[in-house]
Amino acid sequence: MGALQSLPGRPEYSDLAEKTGFSFEQIGVLHKRFKQLSHNEETLRRDHFNEIHDLAFNPIRTQIIEAFFDRRNFHQDGEGKVQEIGFEEFVVVMSHFRPPSVHMTEEQREKTRREKLRFLFNMHDTDNDGTITLEEYRHVVEELLSRSGTLEKETAKCIADAAMLEVASISVGHMEPDEFYEGITFEHFLKLLDGFEIESRMTIRFLNMDTTTLCK
Amino acid sequence: MPSRTVSHGSSGRLRGLFLVMVLVFLEGSVFTLAVASSDQRSPTTAHSGGHKATDHGSHNNTGKAFPVLDLNYENVRVPFEISLWVLLASLMKLGFHLVPHLSNIVPESCLLIVVGLLVGGIIRGTGETVPPVLDSKLFFYILLPPIILDAGYFLPIRPFMENLGTILIFAVVGTLWNAFFVGGLLYGVCQIGTESTSILSRIGLLQCLLFGSIISAVDPVAVLAVFEEIHINELLHILVFGESLLNDAVTVVLYHLFEEFSGIGSVTLLKGFLGVISFFVVALGGVLVGVLYGILAAFTSRFTSHTRVIEPLFVFLYSYMAYLSAEIFHLSGIMALIACGAVMRPYVEANISHKSHTTIKYFLKMWSSVSETLIFIFLGVATVAGPHDWNWTFVTVTVILCLVARVIGVVGLTFIINKFRIVKLTTKDQFIIAYGGLRGAIAFSLGFLLEKEHFPEREIFLTAIITVIFFTVFVQGMTIKPLVELLAVKKKQEAKRSINEEIHTQFLDHLLTGIEDICGHYGHHHWKDKLNRFNKKYVKKCLIAGERSKEPQLIAFYHKMEMKQAIQLVESGGGIKMPSAVPSTVSMQNIQPRPPTKPAAERAIPQLSKNKEEEIRKILRTNLQRTRQRLRSYNRHTLVADPYEDGLSDLLLKKQKMFQIEKKLKEMNTYLTVPAPPPDSPTMCRARLASDPQAYSIKPASNKVPMIQVDLASPQSPDSVNLLDEFGQANQQEEEEQGLMMKPPSRPREAKKPGEEDEAKDQQKLMRCLSDPGPSADEDEDGAFLP
Repeated sequence: MGALQSLPGRPEYSDLAEKTGFSFEQIGVLHKRFKQLSHNEETLRRDHFNEIHDLAFNPIRTQIIEAFFDRRNFHQDGEGKVQEIGFEEFVVVMSHFRPPSVHMTEEQREKTRREKLRFLFNMHDTDNDGTITLEEYRHVVEELLSRSGTLEKETAKCIADAAMLEVASISVGHMEPDEFYEGITFEHFLKLLDGFEIESRMTIRFLNMDTTTLCK
Repeated sequence: MPSRTVSHGSSGRLRGLFLVMVLVFLEGSVFTLAVASSDQRSPTTAHSGGHKATDHGSHNNTGKAFPVLDLNYENVRVPFEISLWVLLASLMKLGFHLVPHLSNIVPESCLLIVVGLLVGGIIRGTGETVPPVLDSKLFFYILLPPIILDAGYFLPIRPFMENLGTILIFAVVGTLWNAFFVGGLLYGVCQIGTESTSILSRIGLLQCLLFGSIISAVDPVAVLAVFEEIHINELLHILVFGESLLNDAVTVVLYHLFEEFSGIGSVTLLKGFLGVISFFVVALGGVLVGVLYGILAAFTSRFTSHTRVIEPLFVFLYSYMAYLSAEIFHLSGIMALIACGAVMRPYVEANISHKSHTTIKYFLKMWSSVSETLIFIFLGVATVAGPHDWNWTFVTVTVILCLVARVIGVVGLTFIINKFRIVKLTTKDQFIIAYGGLRGAIAFSLGFLLEKEHFPEREIFLTAIITVIFFTVFVQGMTIKPLVELLAVKKKQEAKRSINEEIHTQFLDHLLTGIEDICGHYGHHHWKDKLNRFNKKYVKKCLIAGERSKEPQLIAFYHKMEMKQAIQLVESGGGIKMPSAVPSTVSMQNIQPRPPTKPAAERAIPQLSKNKEEEIRKILRTNLQRTRQRLRSYNRHTLVADPYEDGLSDLLLKKQKMFQIEKKLKEMNTYLTVPAPPPDSPTMCRARLASDPQAYSIKPASNKVPMIQVDLASPQSPDSVNLLDEFGQANQQEEEEQGLMMKPPSRPREAKKPGEEDEAKDQQKLMRCLSDPGPSADEDEDGAFLP
């Protein structure tokens, strides 16, 4: 409890806690990390993220970093990108990865699912037109395979094509030969990942302990 | 593993059932005859043997006719009886599925025990002694390993690793709790509840604890047998099953510990401490031995490309050796076997041919199925045979205590575990976990191993063990299915893994790792990612042959899926229809982006060829291997023949020669009108050729020479088209023989570049698939692809 009193700006935390569902300790830990990443500035920029050493090995790091600067992830009707984010936006993005609480009603669970899937959808749909086109999906698969050592554009294309075909088959079912499937809409995306149990899979254990001193 | 046979209508079933019954009766009678005659025959055969020896020279002198038809059972007795038992087991398995409705109500394990009881009863009824079939050696060295190997090899690694903490806590802490609770309370009951003259009061604490440790271990065979049929969700299945596998280490340690102590009679603190240490040694040692043999097996499989036929043998032998080696040092053999199977699988599967993979799968399933059946039958026979000492108090108290201990253990541990889990275990889950703690033949065999001198109460123990086993298998086994229905526990999802789910699984992995890195704490995903990277960088290079070591998981998955679809398609009789779960008419052209508008002059031609091209694409895509083959990315500049297959070095040599010849030809072609320049230095030559804008390809000297496609520049060069056609011609004949691949009726010359390379890749794909000639080497297959 002593740690709580030493945190500055406590009243803001209660708003954040309510909005995002984190506990005070967790927000405190995140704040510390935020300050560490931004070198004690008020806002984070993309180059701050690029400094994180471990991210360098990640094949989809560009997309992850972009997700932090995407207004659509801050609140429901946001659009476009920003250049820098404050602590509030940082926490809001992080809150997408909170584990589901034990006592959740069915509709709360459904709401969480939609939120998390929306986050994923936004990551794929880079031009913000509401659908994931074939090109965008191809890009996703290419990025995934980009660290494998061999640049296999053709194979990536093929896999993306097959996946797209599957989505179309599941969502639309019957199409005439000259009809054209525009892209994966959010509803199709939901249907596609129906059995995926995303609310428990897309979670990070946010510890209450402050581990920022242990690792960079 | 039990599988459901398709019902061909009730009359067919009844007929089949009748035939099976006849067979069983025949066999049963032969068997009893055999057992009966084995005792009577021995003196007579010896006698007649003696007779024959003395009068081998003379024919009719002694008056005994030359034995035209003689009966000599002694020689074949042992293999004959073994075969009879296995045959009985298999016929039983067959029969159960023909009886309508029976297999829905009663789990197979119960039926098999009943059969064992019947057989034992019959044997005893004819007055013979029942053979001690559940001999511990037989059980632990012959019957148990196939089941465990099957479980370990096909262990779903992902859910297992995700729940490893939970599984370990249940296995270790749970079993310890069970053992001490049951043992301790039993001792208390024995001392307090009975008179001091009764045999029970003479059972020491250590003996009770030993008994507790034997009886408390959840049995993987029983769990597998029952859980296979109820199809509960993956999480529960892996929790109970994982627990049953991993508690072997605890059982082994406790068993040896208490056996030692009972023998010596005194316990010191030091010995207790050594016991704890020995637990870690046994568990980790077993795993280490398994991992070692697994790596050896993976490494060996790297070089088996020339002798594909014995690939499965390596897998089985190394695993069995791992088990036996662990048993030498009293380490946990089961954990060694599991570790071996789980470790070697990804690497071995990348190295072996498709046929070997199928062989391994089916052999393991077959052996484990037969083993399981035999174990249950023998359990029934041993019940009839074994020396029994029924003691009401002991037996009932044991049964009750086992149940109570299990329930308390599960509830208590779940309470602690749920603090650390993301997906909490609900009460329903806890109930199923507690109820699924079945005991089985391992407990019986361990009890059987006890020596009479140290344990005068051995019979009491055995009786109690058998009662507990019967209770759990019959009562719990039979009622778990209706209970699962009643409680509406989530069932296993039957949906196949789709490529989208695979993509998103991978995506999520990376995403979560990235978020963890941003957050700044090294969690679960971080370490998993590190392990994967280590695996990719170092381990895979050592253990996987050739180019496949660099293959990312997504592509491997995609390839597997394609193969499955292809095989499905062939089995279903072929056709243009897409073999998918959701019947739909969506095809590739529906999702291809609209092409940009072409200039008017070209419109006529692309119109036609586009349709035709789409049709061809559709045919290619729906019929078999996808157009862009996996191998393409690795073989951009290499030969058509599968470089993983035989004769790579010859091909490389030939390729070099071709290269040189072509170089000379090119020079002549390019500089035809120009007087031959003075011979350049090699570097100049190469430099000039490298900058040649034309696609660089080799004209084949003969029809069957493999081609090289080096496309440095323009995709639509005429050379590449010519190349393909000749290539296509060369392999047209081979295609027709294979039957696995369907060719489009015609291939227009204007097919776009991706279309061309389809054929090339199809060949490569085909080659890998068919590269394993099997026991009868198909000369033509190999001959066709190698010049």
